[in-house]
Amino acid sequence: MTVMETWRTGTRGIRSWAAVGMAAVLLVGACTGVASPSPSATQATATPLATPTETPKPSGKIVISNWDLYMPENLLSDFTAETGIEVELALHTTNEDIMGKIEAAAGSGFDIVFVSAPFAEALAKRGWAAKLDKGQLPNSVNLAPEADLLDYDPGNQFSIPYTWGTTGLCYRSDLVSFTPDSWNDLLRPREELKGKITMMATDRWLMLPALLVLGYSINTTDPAELEQAKQLLLEAKKSLLAYDDITFYAKLVSAEALLVEAWDGWCNYGIAENPDIKYVVPKEGSDLWSDTMVILESSTNKPAAHAFLNYVLRPEVGKAVAELVYYKVPNTKAMELVDPALLAQYPNLGMTAAELTQFGQPERDLGDAAPLWAQIVAEITAGQ
Amino acid sequence: MGRTIRRLVLLGPGLGWWLAFLVVPLLVVLAYSFFRRGTFGGVVFDFTLDNYVRALDPLYVRVLWFSLRVAVITTLVALLIGYPAAYYIATRPRRWRTPLLVFIILPFWTSFLIRTYAWIVLLNREGLINRPLLNLGIIEQPLPLLYNEFAIVIGLLYGYLPLMILPLYAAIERLNPELREAATNLGARPIKVFFTVTVPLTLTGVAAGCIFVFVPSLGNFIVPDLLGGGRSIMVGNLIQGQFLKARDWPFGATLSLALIALMLLLLVVQARIINRDRPASGNAA
Repeated sequence: MTVMETWRTGTRGIRSWAAVGMAAVLLVGACTGVASPSPSATQATATPLATPTETPKPSGKIVISNWDLYMPENLLSDFTAETGIEVELALHTTNEDIMGKIEAAAGSGFDIVFVSAPFAEALAKRGWAAKLDKGQLPNSVNLAPEADLLDYDPGNQFSIPYTWGTTGLCYRSDLVSFTPDSWNDLLRPREELKGKITMMATDRWLMLPALLVLGYSINTTDPAELEQAKQLLLEAKKSLLAYDDITFYAKLVSAEALLVEAWDGWCNYGIAENPDIKYVVPKEGSDLWSDTMVILESSTNKPAAHAFLNYVLRPEVGKAVAELVYYKVPNTKAMELVDPALLAQYPNLGMTAAELTQFGQPERDLGDAAPLWAQIVAEITAGQ
Repeated sequence: MGRTIRRLVLLGPGLGWWLAFLVVPLLVVLAYSFFRRGTFGGVVFDFTLDNYVRALDPLYVRVLWFSLRVAVITTLVALLIGYPAAYYIATRPRRWRTPLLVFIILPFWTSFLIRTYAWIVLLNREGLINRPLLNLGIIEQPLPLLYNEFAIVIGLLYGYLPLMILPLYAAIERLNPELREAATNLGARPIKVFFTVTVPLTLTGVAAGCIFVFVPSLGNFIVPDLLGGGRSIMVGNLIQGQFLKARDWPFGATLSLALIALMLLLLVVQARIINRDRPASGNAA
């Protein structure tokens, strides 16, 4: 069922059954840690999400769309128990999926959506993302300072990062005779790795290794640079087992592939099943992807939506997220709470905000260059 | 007057459904194909023919050609496997036919995705086919069974074979056995009976089965993704990518129309075949 789960949840979502299983165990801990107060207690005490102003207490109902299994199971129920705000959860399989839904409804239909950074940027540029009221998000002080400077949304005016991480190489250290450290190990593989390599198929990550090797921005819109990357990727395709966005770590576990392009968090799902699997950020660098929470401008209950964002920004909630999905959260206070045993087992989970920003550049929306990218990607995937 | 009302009442729901959920959306698709993408997705209502010029790019024509080839191969193999199977079932004693047909449609009870993943388990380099063969020393190197055109055809064939067998079964079962008996009595050998009586009289079933297999094969994007390893894309992947990844709805609409036009053409061919066949089967009935 591993592959099925991940297929449904899809790109940039999560999760293997192993992660889910772990989560179940961890959540028991989280439950006791973040025990939901009784309703009377909620009313009596000023909770951290109460706003300093005299605005009425948020209430009512909000609709959230997120990837499946991307939130601790009790997060929504605890939030509702504490605030009285009802939450309806919708699921999307990919960024593209939720963008399609929003697009089709001209920017409406949800109060909060979870999308990756460039999509948050597109929502903001389309005027569909609400400008966040930081006064209602006192917990945003928990965010790492670096997480406030990401150039797809400087100052987090329209989005709050939920998780973040890198894209690198995930490999079988027991079956590969050397230690990979460069994107060239993927693009120009040694004989032993030919036919045992996978790369990601989604446009941004398909192009990323080649652009980094060539020393270009991962957000380039220059046709000449894209053309060069294309040639390199067409050459690399000859030694590729498959393009794979969702089951690459399973291929490592079965030894069908020995070296794959992977998001750090997903490599962890492989490590969970086989500790000989290792992750490395290549020396040419990485992206700095982040999945964000965006309140839509069309939301009719923005106070409740802010209350939710503020709730997620609590250290103990961030900790539960990181321990569920094995992704880093950009919440310094939350990362301090993460179980050290997990950090030892999944070294990339311990990467600091400073390391992340040093390795990686955030993906940006491609704007008018998107059709060109689509064309180049089609030329690569259709090429022989 | 009463007649008109009765007609409206009877036709209304179906016609309304068809208009609202097929004709109108198709017109929207047609309209979008003449507009262009906005900077951050969406549709800008500037009239342009650029999308059609782009669709003629050799790249997209090549993808369409590859898709056609895969769909044609799948359909032909499905016919070669499906016809004998349907013939066999249709000529069993009546009480056996239903259980046999149930076996044919049994795979539909499981999700298409799960069944497709099952093929990965079978075909991969460390899979249930290669491993035993390697261990027994029958092969030295794993057979390249997965992540290629072969795997795509296998996946599509497996998924859509029942859609070939069912209409063929219906056509063969409907055939009056006396016709075959008459041919035999008049001295025709079984093989001749089959090709001069059975096949011509079941051409409707053949045409229907072929269309049922060909159309979804041509538009499929899951199988090339999973079993083809994304290494060769089909037109379905292209359209999916335009709508979702590039958020270029106008160009996606143009590619969709190209696919629809191609399918319509094939339906016309099918209708021709059936019409040619009709007098014969009419007499037979």
